[in-house]
Amino acid sequence: MAIKIIKRKELSFWDQTYLPMLFSGLWITSRHFFRNFFVQTLNLFGLAKHLKGSYTFQYPEVQRPLSKRARTRHRLTQREDGAPRCVACMMCETVCPARCINIVAKENPDPNIEKMPASFDLDLGMCVYCGFCVEVCPEDAIRMDTQILDIAAYSRKEMKLDMKELLNPTTAYPVKK
Amino acid sequence: MLVDFTIKLILAGAFLGMVLNLAGLLTWVERKQSAVMQDRIGANRAKIIFPKWLFPLNWLVWLPNELGLFHSLADAAKMFLKEDFVPRGADKFLHTLAPAISVIFALMAFAAIPFGDTLHLGNHVINLQVADVNAGILFVFAMLGLGVYGVILAGFASNNNYAYLGGMRAASQMLSYEITMGISILGVVITYGSLSLQEIVRAQGSVWGIFTQPLAFFLFMTAALAETKRVPFDLPEGESEIIGYFVEYSGMKFGMFFLTDLVETVLVACLMTTFFLGGWQVPFLQPDGFHWPGGSFVAISHGLVITLGVLAFLSKVLFFNWLFMAIRWTLPRFRYDQLMHLGWKILFPASLVNVLVTSIVVAWRG
Repeated sequence: MAIKIIKRKELSFWDQTYLPMLFSGLWITSRHFFRNFFVQTLNLFGLAKHLKGSYTFQYPEVQRPLSKRARTRHRLTQREDGAPRCVACMMCETVCPARCINIVAKENPDPNIEKMPASFDLDLGMCVYCGFCVEVCPEDAIRMDTQILDIAAYSRKEMKLDMKELLNPTTAYPVKK
Repeated sequence: MLVDFTIKLILAGAFLGMVLNLAGLLTWVERKQSAVMQDRIGANRAKIIFPKWLFPLNWLVWLPNELGLFHSLADAAKMFLKEDFVPRGADKFLHTLAPAISVIFALMAFAAIPFGDTLHLGNHVINLQVADVNAGILFVFAMLGLGVYGVILAGFASNNNYAYLGGMRAASQMLSYEITMGISILGVVITYGSLSLQEIVRAQGSVWGIFTQPLAFFLFMTAALAETKRVPFDLPEGESEIIGYFVEYSGMKFGMFFLTDLVETVLVACLMTTFFLGGWQVPFLQPDGFHWPGGSFVAISHGLVITLGVLAFLSKVLFFNWLFMAIRWTLPRFRYDQLMHLGWKILFPASLVNVLVTSIVVAWRG
């Protein structure tokens, strides 16, 4: 086993007083302070909007831009007539490691397609957001691209989504208030 | 007699109100300044919004709403509404007394600080200082020293070993740094030959103390920051990791300790201003007007001179508060052995050297 000796830099007298580092630290923080103070004051009165005084997103009002690949709340895609693309093949229900998907199949009136879901229930309280259901779907019927992040509810029951909600993920909350 | 008494009451009320308001505002300044330093926005969600038909009031509170100024009010309301908890086995009387002692002695020290020159109003001569103690420095240091009792009592009375150890840490730290503080200020006393704070300020008319006592300035600032028990010297408290002396305090009793910290910050800023930045002195301003270096002279009235002096004092205090906040959000906390090393092996000998050199120079110049 090779031994690597890392030589510590000897501190000079000035370094040992910590004064140079103290002043350079204060210089850095106060530089940030005065720049941001100036820009934020201008922004408060509606000036110099192209300059940014902070990296904060004012969350409920302004949402942070997400990557297009981010796995967010699920949705079911639709055919042109508004029916779900899902053919109730049970692939997602089978692959789901958290077992949060529950599908009940029924006969599809269209003779070209065998089945369609009678109900498609998804429990967000159990979902682990692995994205396997999206990968495994042969019909591109389920996606996780709604960009809805604020998944919160007052009870476990409210975390369960039905097919109607999954087809039209318009609300930011899983259940309408 | 009654008029003098009333004048003193007004002075005390005004100064106390200013100090307490400033300390309350510092809770907001601390959050906002740290946020702006760290490229954030900071607290801005506590808002007061009036109903539509009172819209002029909404215009009035627009700026405080945007700046989050009402967070200090919200904090105070929260403190008052929280449960006042005394742990089992704790001494209830001492447990209640400790925060009161802390805050009262911190506030009493302000009495000796001059915030303006003597004001001639009619045939009354008003010294803009609550108590004109001729040994003001001793008074201030006595009050600062008594403040240690609040901290130790809080540790003792909590019936909690962590609080006890925190109190011990606080006591040893404050006593260690008080020595440096006292000796570093001795240089100033020798230079100006007076213990009265008003006399010291008056003697700084031409040259401020920071230029005659530069070493004492840094020593005093470091020791005084350690006295306020804030980062980088916050070992007695250590809110997040090491548990401090007010671990068993909640509600407004905790609030009083918190207020003490900020009041002491203001106090230290006032002392720094008084000793080293010329107190209420405005550069080139004499009692009759501005004497500019070129020889030109602008005469201004007596009232304006006094007002300028008070404003100068206030702005210097605000500057020091800004500086202390900047230091508090820049430096990391010391380790305990580093703290004692700094206090006893660096600051203490340096302050002794400062006194020696100052004495020699003063004796040389006769």
